[in-house]
Amino acid sequence: MNKTIYFYPVFIRLWHITNAVMFLLLVLSGFSMQYSTPDSPFIRFDIAVKLHDIGGITISINYLIFLIGNMVTGNGKHYKIKAEGFFSEIKGQMRYYAYGIFKGEHAPYPINKDRKFNPLQKLSYVLVMYIGMPILIITGLSLFFPEIFNLLGVGSLIVADVIHVLMGIVLTMFMLIHVYFSTFGHTVTSNFKSIVTGNHEIG
Amino acid sequence: MKNITCLGLFSVVRNSCLAWSLVIPLTFMFMGNATAGEQSEDTTIQEPTADEPIPIAKEKSDTKKEKVFTNKEDNALCLKCHASRHVRFTPEDSDQEFLLKMYTDCIIDTNLYYASNHWNFKCTDCHSSDYEAYPHQADLRFEYITTCIDCHGDDPDYAKFKFEKIQEEYEASVHFSNFSNEITCYSCHNSHYYKLNVRNREQDLKLTVAYDNAICLGCHDNSDKYEMITDSLNPDITSTHEWLPNQVNHFKSVRCIECHAELNDTLLVAHKILPKEEAVKKCVECHSTDSRLLSSLYKYQLQEGGGLIKDEVIGDAVLIGARRSTSVNLLSNVMIVLTALGILGHLILRFIFCKKQRS
Repeated sequence: MNKTIYFYPVFIRLWHITNAVMFLLLVLSGFSMQYSTPDSPFIRFDIAVKLHDIGGITISINYLIFLIGNMVTGNGKHYKIKAEGFFSEIKGQMRYYAYGIFKGEHAPYPINKDRKFNPLQKLSYVLVMYIGMPILIITGLSLFFPEIFNLLGVGSLIVADVIHVLMGIVLTMFMLIHVYFSTFGHTVTSNFKSIVTGNHEIG
Repeated sequence: MKNITCLGLFSVVRNSCLAWSLVIPLTFMFMGNATAGEQSEDTTIQEPTADEPIPIAKEKSDTKKEKVFTNKEDNALCLKCHASRHVRFTPEDSDQEFLLKMYTDCIIDTNLYYASNHWNFKCTDCHSSDYEAYPHQADLRFEYITTCIDCHGDDPDYAKFKFEKIQEEYEASVHFSNFSNEITCYSCHNSHYYKLNVRNREQDLKLTVAYDNAICLGCHDNSDKYEMITDSLNPDITSTHEWLPNQVNHFKSVRCIECHAELNDTLLVAHKILPKEEAVKKCVECHSTDSRLLSSLYKYQLQEGGGLIKDEVIGDAVLIGARRSTSVNLLSNVMIVLTALGILGHLILRFIFCKKQRS
């Protein structure tokens, strides 16, 4: 029996699974809209639009919960980047992924109660949650209410549209990498189990 | 708890500020570049009312030859009354001068007339020369007025406009099949003010859309005109189009005929108006990479190699789904493929090294 610590409380797991499902829904419906063709639609356009609307609204509410949660609970501290040793920690983690992992080395910054994310993970989460998501949500809202947003001037909606698509792609890249890096747990499936049970295997 | 809350709040705010301080200047740089490429055109659209003429689209260029008006003096005789809202008239057998109201449809806006494509015509080129006598004979109002095809048909100078095909489409349209007597060329096109609504890259599409839609709305949003032709009540356009999301944006960005006329790539403007049951109602017909708008409204607006933003834009509209931008698509594909390759490469290396370690 592996040693485990209870790491992810129920509300975090619920938040995470909601985010995951909605993001997947947004990626698939967004992809379908971006490459829509009348003859072979991946998802029928009007359905894709509805799904994208539902996903977008849900994920925006979920994001607000995240922001408020990070303010009123201790979870925010995991998203705090310390300037001291920042680059050496990032370098260490990158070296591990690029080299150490193949040599069977141990992770340089194993997670524990105080360190929920490794340095590279923390940096990526901060970038995604504090920059990527707000950009995606604001541009998404502008496309959801085009009549209001168009008042900002000609071209504003076009810029919002392009930013929305490109940021969507960036976060899709993040999602792919995020899922792949989840296989770096104690075993390949450990992390997937832990997002369901809440218990994190540490050895 | 309070400390943790403060710590959390501080960390969120601090990290957000740090992050945004990087993003905001970059965004402005991006937007600056993007909007610099935009045409700085006046996009205010005159909404025509029943009494006002349809807004005339911009001229292609100002380098046109100076017009030499040869019929202005002759026309002035007619326009003396017909450019005015009233007529002063003294009958032969009376000394009293009467002030009469000019029937609205008989008033000509001289500025628009002389700016139109038919500017160099004498009134009596199209109207009976009997009009030269005043007061006019009552039965003159039943005179036959030539239609477009009467003058422009089989004329090599106008071959590129395909008037014969337009006539053919009009005769196949729901307007002709239901109201062949009531609806003529002039029901939609005012020959006094008609001006070729230029189709080229410089043309502001919003004006083209407003111009064309005003033609349809001239009857379909005007009970007086609509009910002059039919006994049925004029349906409210906004409620019949309630199913259409972002209705206002659609009405400003596309023409009625995009959905209500049969697509004809060979004509400047399709003229076969379909029965309402046959109108396009599937979003994807326009919102797709193979949008029908590319063969109609946007056919003269396609710009190749315009860069990230310009490729994305056709006219001023954001058409979700009809993404033509090669740069955005290429960038998206490259980013996703590189990520997938990176993951795959890493996975293969892991597999190889894992095997080595075991052996």
